[in-house]
Amino acid sequence: MAKKFSKEDEWLEIDGDVATVGITDHAQQALGDIVYVELPEVGKKLAKDGDAAVVESVKAASDVYAPVDGEIVEANEELDANPALVNESPENDGWFFKIKITDASQLDDLMDEAGYKAFVEGLED
Amino acid sequence: MADQQAENLYKTALYDLHVELGAKLVPFAGYAMPVQYPLGVKGEHLHTRAKAGLFDVSHMGQVRLVGENRVAELEKLVPGDIAILKPGRTRYSAFTNDDGTILDDLMITNAGDSLFLVINAACKDDDIVHMRANLDNGVELQELSDRALMALQGPEAANVLARFAPDVASLKFMSFVEIDIAGIPCFVTRSGYTGEDGFEISVPDTDAEKLARLLLAEDEVEAIGLGARDSLRLEAGLCLYGNDIDTTTTPVEGDLNWIINKRRREEGGFLGADIILDQLANGADRKRVGIKPEGKAPAREHTMVLNKDGYDIGEITSGGFGPTVDAPIAMGYVAIEFAEPGTKVDLMVRGKARPAEIVALPFAPHRYFRG
Repeated sequence: MAKKFSKEDEWLEIDGDVATVGITDHAQQALGDIVYVELPEVGKKLAKDGDAAVVESVKAASDVYAPVDGEIVEANEELDANPALVNESPENDGWFFKIKITDASQLDDLMDEAGYKAFVEGLED
Repeated sequence: MADQQAENLYKTALYDLHVELGAKLVPFAGYAMPVQYPLGVKGEHLHTRAKAGLFDVSHMGQVRLVGENRVAELEKLVPGDIAILKPGRTRYSAFTNDDGTILDDLMITNAGDSLFLVINAACKDDDIVHMRANLDNGVELQELSDRALMALQGPEAANVLARFAPDVASLKFMSFVEIDIAGIPCFVTRSGYTGEDGFEISVPDTDAEKLARLLLAEDEVEAIGLGARDSLRLEAGLCLYGNDIDTTTTPVEGDLNWIINKRRREEGGFLGADIILDQLANGADRKRVGIKPEGKAPAREHTMVLNKDGYDIGEITSGGFGPTVDAPIAMGYVAIEFAEPGTKVDLMVRGKARPAEIVALPFAPHRYFRG
């Protein structure tokens, strides 16, 4: 399985034609305590950069975008009861949704872990 | 925050301390202010309700009015009865304008030989121009721009502060005293904006960091940023100027009838009195209310409020998540026929109507020390 990262601070764990998507540890730290996550409905078709989910901290709401074109095949219902999972385990238990990828070539635009790390460090300079 | 941006912002006397404590600084009303510390908004909020939090509110304006006619002159600009305010007592009030709407909300203290006012950061320049233009008969306005202001809030605030100034223990809510705290001359009012017991402490800039370090060294005290200040005041049902009250809202619409005291209702004599007193007698078309979303999704400011038939009946002016009530909370304005607690409404969040209920404020009970 390959792990990819977007400039919108999402990670994708790719298994065949399905990607599990969440927000990165860097993103959850910037957002602070997550109090609510609104997830997409299963079956929803999304275009790359379309609104996929909303994550709310005490302070503000932030959009999460679809990193690739595809169809939602599963949403992490655990986050309804326990949105703090996003803070506690952003890149594992705190995943947001699984999307069936329709255009695998879009994955080429994403970064690998080293690339994302450099991207985040570049923002902080 | 980029350094370039930071250079154009004012810094409070506690700026270096905020940086040292690891605060995330953001521009607020022209100042670089701590929105949160490493503890985070939720942790800071809960800590303040459980123990004590120290807030830097030095961006707010502090002014003194002197001159023997100061009370009568200030009463031209606010609907409160300032004449009955005894020395050492503080009152919440608002500057109104000719339209009967609100220019700012403020704290007014009878400091004996003067009136001591605390005004909002974003409004202070306009407030000062407004006062200088309207206060006559020998009243002089002195800007106390060399003083910092901090708030110590929470159930342990009095225990902590009394270690350095034992006399503050008996000070009652909305009372004022000039007192030395660990040898530093301070103006202390038992007040704040969190719904908790606590104090606002005006201190010379030169001693501000010393006092802040002294208080933060106490076990019960954590530094608290503006993020938690906002969620605390929203749970307490208190208005944020610029969101919940402004120059489009009157005190009556803002559910602040209690700031218009009896004598002023009879006599008027403040800006916009004709409009405000008419609304007091005949009612306003809309009112500020508490709004509790039924689900878990917060509804933020500018969210449209609908009645159950789908008609637009108002708007949320402050909305978010209340860490103490552990649920989304909001306040806003609705048409008067929907203002009764228990009324079911819908909130339009991201294109979906979501159920909510009008509720009485506050969401978290006030715990002031009334002696």
